[in-house]
Amino acid sequence: MEPFTRLTAVAVPFDTPDIDTDMLIPQRFLRKPLTVGYRNFLFFNDRFDAAGKEKPDFILHREPYKKARIFVTGPNFGCGSTREGAVYAVTDFGVRAVIAPSFGAFYASNSYQNGLLPVVLPDADVRKLREQMHSKPGAEITIDLPSQTVTGPDGAQYKFDIEPSRKERMLEGLDDISITERYEDAMKAFEKKLDAEMPWMAAKELEVLVQK
Amino acid sequence: MNKPRNMFDKIWDRHVVAQRDDGEALIYVDRNFVHEGPFYAFDKLRLAKRAMRRPLKQIAISDHYLPTLNRAGGLAGIKDAEIRNMVEQLQRNARDFKLPFIGMEDTERQGIMHVVGPDLGLVQPGMVITAADSHTTTNGALGAFSFGIGASEIKHVMATQALWYRKPKTLRVTIDGKLGAGITAKDVILAIIAKIGISGGNGHVIEYAGAVMRAMTMEQRMTVCNMSIEAAARAGLVAPDDTTYKFLEGREFAPRGAQWDQALKIWQSLPSDADAKFDKEVALNGSDIAPMVTWGTVPDDALPITGRVPDPAQAASKEERVHLERALQYMGLTAGMPISEIKVDRVFIGSCTNARFEDLVAAAHVAKGRKVVVPSMISPGSTEVKRRAEAAGLDKIFVAAGFEWRDSACSMCVGSNGDFPAPGESCASTSPRNFENRQGRGVRTHLVSPAMAVAAAVTGKLTDVRTLK
Repeated sequence: MEPFTRLTAVAVPFDTPDIDTDMLIPQRFLRKPLTVGYRNFLFFNDRFDAAGKEKPDFILHREPYKKARIFVTGPNFGCGSTREGAVYAVTDFGVRAVIAPSFGAFYASNSYQNGLLPVVLPDADVRKLREQMHSKPGAEITIDLPSQTVTGPDGAQYKFDIEPSRKERMLEGLDDISITERYEDAMKAFEKKLDAEMPWMAAKELEVLVQK
Repeated sequence: MNKPRNMFDKIWDRHVVAQRDDGEALIYVDRNFVHEGPFYAFDKLRLAKRAMRRPLKQIAISDHYLPTLNRAGGLAGIKDAEIRNMVEQLQRNARDFKLPFIGMEDTERQGIMHVVGPDLGLVQPGMVITAADSHTTTNGALGAFSFGIGASEIKHVMATQALWYRKPKTLRVTIDGKLGAGITAKDVILAIIAKIGISGGNGHVIEYAGAVMRAMTMEQRMTVCNMSIEAAARAGLVAPDDTTYKFLEGREFAPRGAQWDQALKIWQSLPSDADAKFDKEVALNGSDIAPMVTWGTVPDDALPITGRVPDPAQAASKEERVHLERALQYMGLTAGMPISEIKVDRVFIGSCTNARFEDLVAAAHVAKGRKVVVPSMISPGSTEVKRRAEAAGLDKIFVAAGFEWRDSACSMCVGSNGDFPAPGESCASTSPRNFENRQGRGVRTHLVSPAMAVAAAVTGKLTDVRTLK
């Protein structure tokens, strides 16, 4: 996973609230291997017409947004399904951070797992950022993870919260399993107690469903 | 005396393996369900050369990509190579990692994972259950903390049998009173979502309580918990009671004999203590709930069938106005028109929300002696549900009414198996989600209960089932 420290980049404003996972990537592309490039499926139904032709007026097809690496969106971004393809499509497009007043239930945790930084700021601040981007298309935003700040095009700074453990993992590009392995003793003790006290939870009878 | 705890606190406390100072906990996962979707998790495990810690605590079930027609044709009968690959890939991954597996050929057990899990006794009160599927919340009906996670977290669960999680807050939704005639669990959850909003459960686990919940059957509780995620809740819970225990006893993978007695004692200790606190409380009166439908493109665009389509000019905020305008345009509706004048081109009865035996009984009750006027299909929630329905003669009622009677899969709820309405069609659907393009490109979804779906099928428009002649 690519570490995240500081990013200064063009940001795209999306005013629509509740941009859902079906908008981010339609279900029919979720059977493709990652190697085909999930960026091609991002916002597919908004970006391409029924014949598969690019809609030139879609914001990501216009300069200067083609090289955007930050999304600034309405509330509840990425609501809907658990599909991680909705994160792969965004990261494969080159985006490293999404700033929103809130995220869908799975989107933020899926983002952390893939090096995409979800930044939550108050609704009024996110709205102000979007307005600045509309009035000055191509304006850059800086996100500094060590100091937990977002700097808008006008120089205004906004502080954001992030759990220390998430921050550590993003800064170092660490995967969760390597952290969990440090807790192996606790895991062993937990499982020993569980297997003794609630033996049916070991699910041995499910062996009949294992393919020979 | 110990501090009173709510049910979620009790389940949580039993599963914390390690607690970090920053609030994140490593919680133990009792059962992890896998469908064809999160194949990335297996690929990532292989890439990292990691083993599966407890294979028997996983279960792979094929549901999203199975065809609903020509099942006898087997794998070779699936024409689309990519869809066939998804089905084969899950079977292969399950074999390679020695996971319990229920696929197309298991004609005894196959079905939608959120139907099969409870029906086989794989879901038990007090468990922590994960799956790469947002509607994993269904299992909360049995008093399990059950929630969706992404493919990377699935990989983590497979490798470690645990998950890093920040303890969610709790919201108790109490529905007291009594439901009116013809009002179903689907109407109850749509009314709850309309009340608290599509983000109303964000960061919370909902415990559904009150007289209406207590009176519900297990299948009805599953419909309610299923759509918890449509209000952005992490999970839904219903306290286990005699209805729960009666439902579970004797199921294929439920504990038996002395272990049943031991389990029962633990389960009976789970319901919230009398003075337990919740972070938030919401109350609804059951007798106020009317048959609900969604007119728009998010689940909280839900209104009683007697209502009118909202007007963007009366929106409370700019965001709401933007949403209403886009939704009206997408759905092809006019502000202010009566909901009961919305035409439908197609009807789908199926999905993890509303394709259980009782749902089919309710649908058949309305379908009996009537004829559909638009293409309408039924995909039962599992092969077992299909068998039971046929044994009760329901299939004959549906076929006589003009419904297509198909096999069990996620089907037209999400279309991953290729079951799509035609582009631009309006579809009255018993499924849980009505986003733009969810059921296929340009398809306009109206979420309804099974009885209301039949009412729409026989009239060609959204119709109050109570007024059917």
